[in-house]
Amino acid sequence: MAELLRIEHLSRAFGGLRAVQDVSLAVRPGTLTALIGPNGAGKTTLFALMSGFLKPDAGRVVFAGADITGRAPQLNARAGLTRTFQIVQPFAAQTVRENIAVGAHLHEPRRAAALAAAERVAERVGLAAQLDKPAGDLTVAGRKRLELARALATRPKLLLLDEVLAGLNPQEVAEMIPVVRSLVAPGPGTAAGSTTVLMIEHVMQAVMNLAEHVWVLAQGQLIAEGTPQAITNDARVIEAYLGHGTATRLRGVAA
Amino acid sequence: MNNMKRDVFQIAAFTAAVMALTAMLSSSVWLTFIMLALYGALLAQAWNILGGYGGQFSFGHALFFGVGAYAQVIAQVTHGINAWVALALSIAAAALVGLGTGALTFRYGLKGSYFALVTLAFAEVFRIGAVSVGFTGGGVGMMLPLSESVANLQFGSRKGYIALMLAFVAAAALVTAWLRHSRFGAGLMAVRDNEDAASAVGVDPQRAKRGAITLSAAFMGAAGAFYVQVFQYIDPAIAFGPHVSVEALVAAIVGGMGTLWGPVLGAVALHTLADLTRNLFGQLPGLNMVIYGGVLVLIVMFMPRGLAGLLTTMQPARTPPGRASSPSDAAPARGAESDRG
Repeated sequence: MAELLRIEHLSRAFGGLRAVQDVSLAVRPGTLTALIGPNGAGKTTLFALMSGFLKPDAGRVVFAGADITGRAPQLNARAGLTRTFQIVQPFAAQTVRENIAVGAHLHEPRRAAALAAAERVAERVGLAAQLDKPAGDLTVAGRKRLELARALATRPKLLLLDEVLAGLNPQEVAEMIPVVRSLVAPGPGTAAGSTTVLMIEHVMQAVMNLAEHVWVLAQGQLIAEGTPQAITNDARVIEAYLGHGTATRLRGVAA
Repeated sequence: MNNMKRDVFQIAAFTAAVMALTAMLSSSVWLTFIMLALYGALLAQAWNILGGYGGQFSFGHALFFGVGAYAQVIAQVTHGINAWVALALSIAAAALVGLGTGALTFRYGLKGSYFALVTLAFAEVFRIGAVSVGFTGGGVGMMLPLSESVANLQFGSRKGYIALMLAFVAAAALVTAWLRHSRFGAGLMAVRDNEDAASAVGVDPQRAKRGAITLSAAFMGAAGAFYVQVFQYIDPAIAFGPHVSVEALVAAIVGGMGTLWGPVLGAVALHTLADLTRNLFGQLPGLNMVIYGGVLVLIVMFMPRGLAGLLTTMQPARTPPGRASSPSDAAPARGAESDRG
């Protein structure tokens, strides 16, 4: 099987707004890839379509060889496709340990084992010191880590990370980048390439550093794809971010 | 499992203490007080399973109470079934109605105030239904013939009823303790706090809520059956009217939702308050209810986490100590509570 996730001609509209239009892409197992685009491009909608939170108007989602179009999120999580949320969604009244244990329970019926697994995951993402804090008391950076930890505890094959670096200061971003890279890279006790990551990200420093392949979404359509270097030099991408005509002007300045 | 053991130990200690207290007492006033407080605690704990741990605020829990009560009396009077067997049937019938209403309402995604209104409506439909159909005895209600014997689940002394009630309260507390330390409960609380986040990590929100309402309804059914055995009479207004629903949810909220001992504390506090106001102001009809209502308002205003929130240190406070009482903090704290709905 060459691809872990494949989406084919996916479209979704909200009333007159066509949030995602005819998007197709494929994610190979063991890779770390990124989905970028200006605000309102439809990135989060695309994630919601992939993970089952929204049903597409047209198109197909194929995960690990099975058609999962419109299948409920909890069934996708069980199959190994887990997403995080851009706006973090902690179970605020519960401790960090209990939060992560909810994810761990997916494959671990016993409470003690789930709590122990939560501890191990917390160590991986750097939350070990905060295990007994209520999730509501965490800083933004802590909540982002928790969001990641809870998803990671479900032992996903494919992790959809929705802006886990947004809202962090440069220091915190620098701390998070190795954490994200370690998800895909072989680590102690995990097989090489056990997790595949597709991330939505605005922090270009992270995208350049982490992603081997990038898709660019603008106004609901895929406008470019390639390596991070190729993408940043792509005229369509520059125009999508900075406005019509800027690519030529920038090139004129450089010449 | 240490936490589970601690909860079980507390439940065992509570049960032993109530048994010892009951054995020492002979005044029927006090025994009746204990019996009714335990009955209130069962209603509140049943509501707490769905409302406190599942975040689904039902305003119509009398529905399950009434089904249990009617099943208990119909099984015995109409079909001549033994009272103990009838008790099991009542619990099963209530649980089944719980599962049915849960499957319907949760399937269509009813939450918060919509769920509250729909449960209220279900209870009303059953109340009107019980008035209209024949097998419930209509508006006249049904009598359970007095025949005191253990086989008939009718005891000569309050102590027999207290023992039965205590067994149910302990069972409800054990189920609550299990929720606090199990995979099912973890999923349920995750759904309560954030349904989307819960489903993203593999929890089936509908299954969790259906399970909670079924358990909750089973204990309400037990309370209904108990009511019939003690008072030997049921009619549609008692069975499905708002009184039982309100008693269940107020005791749970006053005591502390989503805690193990909150419902028990709330039920004892409310029964004490109700008895006190009735005795002190009984000569002025209605004044006792005014005071009762006023105290409720104060508790909800100044103790959003209930009596258990004051006593327990096991659950960390959301606001730093010393700041919780300032008005500017009270509002967001209440907002956070209502977000669970």
